[in-house]
Amino acid sequence: MALKTESMILNMGPQHPSTHGVLRLELEIEGELILSVKPHIGYLHRCFEKHAEAMTYPQVIPYTDRLDYLAAMGNNFGYVVAAERLMGIQVPERVEYIRVIMAELQRIASHLVAIATNGADIGALTPFLYLFRDREYILTLFEMTCGARMLYNYMWIGGLSHDIHPDFVRKTKEFINHFRPTVVELNNLLTFNKIFIERTANIGVLPVDTAINIGASGPVLRGSGLAFDVRREDPYSIYDKLEFDIPVGQGMVGTVGDCWDRYYVRVLEMEQSLRIIEQLIDSIPDGDVQSAIPKRIKPPKGTVYGRVENPRGELGYFIISDGNLNPFRVKVRAPSFVNLELMGELCKGHLVADVIAILGSLDIVLGEIDR
Amino acid sequence: MKNPEEIYELLKKEFNETIFGLDKDTPVENIISVDPMNIHKIGAFLKDNEELKFDSLMVLSGVDDANGTKVKDEDGTEVITGGTLSVYYHLHSTVLKHKITIKTSAPRENPEVESVYDVWRTSDWHEREAFDMFGIIFKNHPDLTRILMPYDWDAGYPLRKDYKNPEFYQGMKVPY
Amino acid sequence: MGLLDKEFSDGNIVIARAEDLMNWARLSSIWQLGFGLACCAIEMMATSASHYDFDRFGVIPRNTPRQADAIIISGTVTLKMATRIKRLYEQMPDPKYIISMGSCANCGGPYWEHGYHVLKGIDRVIPVDVYVPGCPPRPEALLEGLLKLQDKIRNESIRKKIA
Repeated sequence: MALKTESMILNMGPQHPSTHGVLRLELEIEGELILSVKPHIGYLHRCFEKHAEAMTYPQVIPYTDRLDYLAAMGNNFGYVVAAERLMGIQVPERVEYIRVIMAELQRIASHLVAIATNGADIGALTPFLYLFRDREYILTLFEMTCGARMLYNYMWIGGLSHDIHPDFVRKTKEFINHFRPTVVELNNLLTFNKIFIERTANIGVLPVDTAINIGASGPVLRGSGLAFDVRREDPYSIYDKLEFDIPVGQGMVGTVGDCWDRYYVRVLEMEQSLRIIEQLIDSIPDGDVQSAIPKRIKPPKGTVYGRVENPRGELGYFIISDGNLNPFRVKVRAPSFVNLELMGELCKGHLVADVIAILGSLDIVLGEIDR
Repeated sequence: MKNPEEIYELLKKEFNETIFGLDKDTPVENIISVDPMNIHKIGAFLKDNEELKFDSLMVLSGVDDANGTKVKDEDGTEVITGGTLSVYYHLHSTVLKHKITIKTSAPRENPEVESVYDVWRTSDWHEREAFDMFGIIFKNHPDLTRILMPYDWDAGYPLRKDYKNPEFYQGMKVPY
Repeated sequence: MGLLDKEFSDGNIVIARAEDLMNWARLSSIWQLGFGLACCAIEMMATSASHYDFDRFGVIPRNTPRQADAIIISGTVTLKMATRIKRLYEQMPDPKYIISMGSCANCGGPYWEHGYHVLKGIDRVIPVDVYVPGCPPRPEALLEGLLKLQDKIRNESIRKKIA
C-alpha cells in the first residue's frame, strides 16, 4: 500500500534575506521539489498612479524616480520621452547627448547591483563588495551633476535640471578606463566560476515563445535568444545614430535562456553601454540645456504610450491627457512586474535552492512592481 | 507592417458591428474601440492572423473615464454615477514591427470585460491590477483577486476618481 | 569610549561599572535585522558595502529577528507591510532598537497626502529610537544615526530601558 503524501506550503518572505525587497513567494513543495510558485506582491504599493493624477506634469518626475529606484535616470527618461511626444517638443542636441550618457551610466550602475545581488543571493559575497565599489564611482558622477546619489529628478520635460559639471567629461573618461579591467576581473571572479556555473547553468530555462507571450523584456527576453531592444526596435532620443550590439543568450555553458545566460547578457550589456558613452562623450554639442523647457506645461488632449529600454526591460508610460495641468491617467508598464510573472513558469520542477538563483537572474525591483 | 487604418479595415471586415470605430483625432495615437464582450475573439484574431501577428501585449491599462454625472456628497466629496470604465490594450508585433491600441469601455455600474488571459499571458497580472484598482471584472480570468492592495481591503477601488480613503485599516490610522 | 579611558590598576584588570560594561558591549555589536523595504534599502546596502563599511561599527546583518538587536526601517511602510513589521518587531528579543531611515518611514515622505496605502510614519505601529531624515539619506547620515543610537545605549540603565 502506498503511503499517503501531501505537498507542503512554504512561505518565502515578505521579510527575506535575499535583497530584492518585500516580496512573498508561496511555494508548494514536495520534499525539495517545487510544484508551484505563487508570488504575492503589493507590499510596497505606494500609489504612484494616484499621485500622478494629483500632480502637475513636472511634479510627477520625482515620483518616477522612486519606481525603479536602481535606475532612476531611466525612469525620468521614459516619462519625459512620453510627455515630449505628447506635447511635440523637440529638445536640443546637447540635452539628448547628456540624457543618453546618463541613461547608459545608470544602466551600468543598475546591472552592477543586479549582478552583485544575484551573486550574493547564491553565496558569492565577494563580488558584491567589488561591484558596489565601482557603483560608487558612477554615483559620484551623478552626484557631481545633480547633487543626488540615487533619486535625481534630473531630466525635465524639454530639458535637464542642471548642466553637466565642467569636470564631468574627464571623470567619465577616467571611469571608462577604470571600469574596463573591472569587467575582466568580474568574469574571473564570478562569471566563469565553477560553483556559480553549477548553480545557474540549466536552471530556470525560458523558451523564447513563452517569453514573448508572457511579455518578458530586457535581459530576460534577450537571455532567451531574441535580440529585442527598444533602443533599436523603436528608437527614441538619438539611439538611431549610435552603434551598439544587442547581446543575446547563446547557451554558452548550458541551455539557451537559463539563469546564466540572463546573467551574462547583463555583463555584455555593460560593455555595450561603455561603447555608447565613448561615442558621445567627446562630441557633446554646446548649448543651453534649459532653453526648450516650456513655461507652462499643458499638453493637448490625447493619449500617448512612450517606451524606453530601462536596465530591466521595456519601461512604458501610458499618459492620457484631458488638456489640464494634471495628467488624467498615468499607467506605468513596469518591466519587473511582467518579468516576475515568469516565476511560476520557471521554478516548476526545480529545487528550493534554485528559486533564489532564478529570482536573482530575473533582477526585479519591487518599487516598480508595486508602484 | 500595417498602419492603423489598414488594421481597422481588416478588423471591420472580420467582426463588423463589434468594432465601433477608429479615433484619429488624438495627436499621437490612433485608437480602435471594440465591444467588451468580444475582446477575446478579437484578440485571438489579432494574434493569429498572418497579416497582423500581434504576439505581444505591451500593457493593459484600466482607466476611469469619469464621464458620468457627478454629485457632491454631504461631506463635500464627489460621487460619480453612470458613465464608463475603459480598458486599453497596447499591442505590438515582434515579427512585423507594427503597433496598435485597442480600447474597450464597459458601464461603470457593471464593468464586465472578457479576459484575454489565454491569448496573451501578460494580461494575467495586468487584469488583476485593473480589477484591484478599478473594479473591472474580467470574465473567465482564472484567479481574479486583489493583487496590490491587501486581500481584505474593503474600502473600494482606489484609482476610481470618486474613491474615498477609509479612516482606519486594521487599527492603523490611514490619513496623515 | 567611557570604559577604556578608565584606569588599568593591575595588569589586565579593568575596573568599570557593570552598567557601563554591558552598555559598551551592547553598543559595539548592534546586529541589525537584514531587511530592506524600498529605495533606502539600497543606500543601506551601500552603507554595508565596501565604501562605507558598516561592519566597523559592529553592525552585521542577521537574517532572523530572533538574533537581531536593531531593525532599520529602510523605506516606505505600506499598510500591507505594517502588520508584518509589527510581527517582526515582536519576535525580536529585548533590548531592541529601531532606526527609522528616510522620510517615508519617518512620516510618509512624499506619499503623505495621496498615499492611500502608505503608513504615515512607522511610529504609528512600533516605537522608534532614532529618526534619520533624507530621501534617501546618504550613507553618512545613516552612520550618524547609528552613532546617535550608540550614544543612547551608552547612557542606558540596567534597571530600565530609556524609552
